[in-house]
Amino acid sequence: MEARLKNRHRAERRFRLFGGLAIFTSLIFLGALFAIIIQTGAGAFKQTRIALDMHLSPADFNAGQAVEGDWLERADYQAMIKRALRQAFPELRSRREKRSLYRMVSSGAAFQLRKKLRGDPGLIGTDFRIWVLASDDADMVFKGAVPRDAPVAHRRLDDRQMSVLEALEDTGRLRSQFNWTFFSAGDSREPELAGIAGAALGSLFSVLVCLALAFPLGVMTAVYLEEFAPKNRWTGFIEVNISNLAAVPSIVFGLLGLAMFLNIFGLPRSAPLVGGMVLALMTLPTIIIASRAAIKSVPPSVREAAFALGASPVQAVFHHILPLAMPGVLTGTIIGTAQALGETAPLLMIGMVAFVVDLPTNILDPATALPVQVFLWADSPERAFQERTAAAILVLLVFTCLMNLTAALLRKKYELKW
Amino acid sequence: MAHAPTLTQVAEIPNSATIGLLGDNPLALLKHPEARTGKPAKMTSRGLSVSYANKPALHDVDLDIPVNRVTALIGPSGCGKTTYIRCLNRMNDIIDTCRVEGSVTHDGEDIYAPDQDVVRLRTRVGMVFQKPNPFPKSIYDNTAYGPRIHGMTGSRDEERALVLDSLRRAGLLDEVRDRLDAPGTSLSGGQQQRLCIARAIAVRPEVILMDEPCSALDPIATARIEELIAALKQDYTIVIVTHSMQQARRLSDKTAFFHLGRLVEQGNTEDVFEAPQDGRTRDYVMGRIG
Repeated sequence: MEARLKNRHRAERRFRLFGGLAIFTSLIFLGALFAIIIQTGAGAFKQTRIALDMHLSPADFNAGQAVEGDWLERADYQAMIKRALRQAFPELRSRREKRSLYRMVSSGAAFQLRKKLRGDPGLIGTDFRIWVLASDDADMVFKGAVPRDAPVAHRRLDDRQMSVLEALEDTGRLRSQFNWTFFSAGDSREPELAGIAGAALGSLFSVLVCLALAFPLGVMTAVYLEEFAPKNRWTGFIEVNISNLAAVPSIVFGLLGLAMFLNIFGLPRSAPLVGGMVLALMTLPTIIIASRAAIKSVPPSVREAAFALGASPVQAVFHHILPLAMPGVLTGTIIGTAQALGETAPLLMIGMVAFVVDLPTNILDPATALPVQVFLWADSPERAFQERTAAAILVLLVFTCLMNLTAALLRKKYELKW
Repeated sequence: MAHAPTLTQVAEIPNSATIGLLGDNPLALLKHPEARTGKPAKMTSRGLSVSYANKPALHDVDLDIPVNRVTALIGPSGCGKTTYIRCLNRMNDIIDTCRVEGSVTHDGEDIYAPDQDVVRLRTRVGMVFQKPNPFPKSIYDNTAYGPRIHGMTGSRDEERALVLDSLRRAGLLDEVRDRLDAPGTSLSGGQQQRLCIARAIAVRPEVILMDEPCSALDPIATARIEELIAALKQDYTIVIVTHSMQQARRLSDKTAFFHLGRLVEQGNTEDVFEAPQDGRTRDYVMGRIG
């Protein structure tokens, strides 16, 4: 008896130790994952800019010849940027030297200049300074993502460009500032011009379509199966198949979407509408299963109370059972949606993997989604895309965390104390 | 527990031997289901048999429920009294495997007839359950729910009057007057049960079925509910399932004793308790079995 008791206590301690170790290990892995992603991705939130002193004369805009209102559009801003660079570094004379100088600034600099002048055409004829985007290579070196003493092939800036960089730095014409472009732009071939706004909007539209389809369908299916359907072989068959659907690899839903929605229904390719429909198919079983469990866990006494007062089955469900099951239903829905948010494979099949520069404005515009954007950037050779990949993963994780937090809050809010 | 025969068990033996004899007592057969309560039957059952998944639970029950009287159903656990009371408002319909045979009438109308509207039946035959089960809503909404779904009140004022009247009849109004918006689940057990009674009354039923309404309550709360039942029988026909023989004796005008799915004896409460005709009834009311 005494020995047995000791054994039991030891078994208890052992079990607790194992549990603690398991949690500790998973926390370490999770911590490592986050540390790596944050360390890699943090740089993407900063962007290096170069100050250029400009002096533009009306002659630069060929004002005499151009049609009124159009001349700001057609001017050669690229040439103005190049001229400003040449003026800043007059010692670089040969074509080669000049070309490597031009490569210090982003090709987006011309657009920045145009934007600035459109906002304030009065700047023409005056001296002003503009902070243009540095090229991704200069950006990486200045931010320290690439060591300055690295071999040229790895550094991707030659010695001449390095001296330009240092000269800019010494004269305070180089600074690092928050990278708004990353949050406001669509995809781009140039890392410094690429942003996740397009992908985030695509994801948002897809998830909204997915929710709008899957939530009502899923909840109604669960209600019908749980409360109204007779328990016979047919409903058993349907139940088994819903569970099967939950286990189907997601790419199969993509194939279904390709065959049905694109080829038969003729819906547009790469559209968040179709993406949302495919994700809805994927999310449905999760919502149905979670909702059924939630409905089943509503105490039968509530049902009886409603019936005893003469409520019809539909009234019992919609007045009492469904509101009480809502926390569980919402949790299931949000978990299913969070899963859908992180899904890549089915979107590949319906063409949401395209290179889309423009921001989608509605659910029929071509778009990508966040996880697909991660996949695309991870594939790009530029070093600066590496940190953008990590940053996009961070944004995706933040979204997922927010959704899970919402789920937890909703559950807490609607949870009843009996 | 050791299995040595105890005094009670020893005492049971001669009685069990007499059960068969007394069960066929011609006197018992003479007693017609129409009990000597002096009141016409509000509800009757004839040849009522119920089975769950082919397992019989009730067998051939003929019972009359007199109007404006309290009828108590007593018997040991599993004897079918809860099954019986749930047949009276067709609550057994919820259970898929439940099969009901025979007839139950309410004011002469067969409630199991194919054209019978269950929803209407349940507004006329209300029910209070063993465990208090208020909706997780406010006290006011709990009481107003029934009238609302049946569209019984035209205006907000009418509804409020009905709610207050129901709470008053259930003896709860004075305790909750200032907190009608508090959740019904925040009340004590006894108050919750009275809220459930108020909720049942609010739809103005003719019959109130009570399935062991006091089994989850302490003696003081029980006493309050009993007072309430005694007062309610002026206006309603009440059927109560109870495990407490004292309660049945105190409260009821008519008592029906169930044993192993059969109705063994029914009659005026004093008769059943003072002069039971059947040996099993005698054993039960004297506390020898059950």
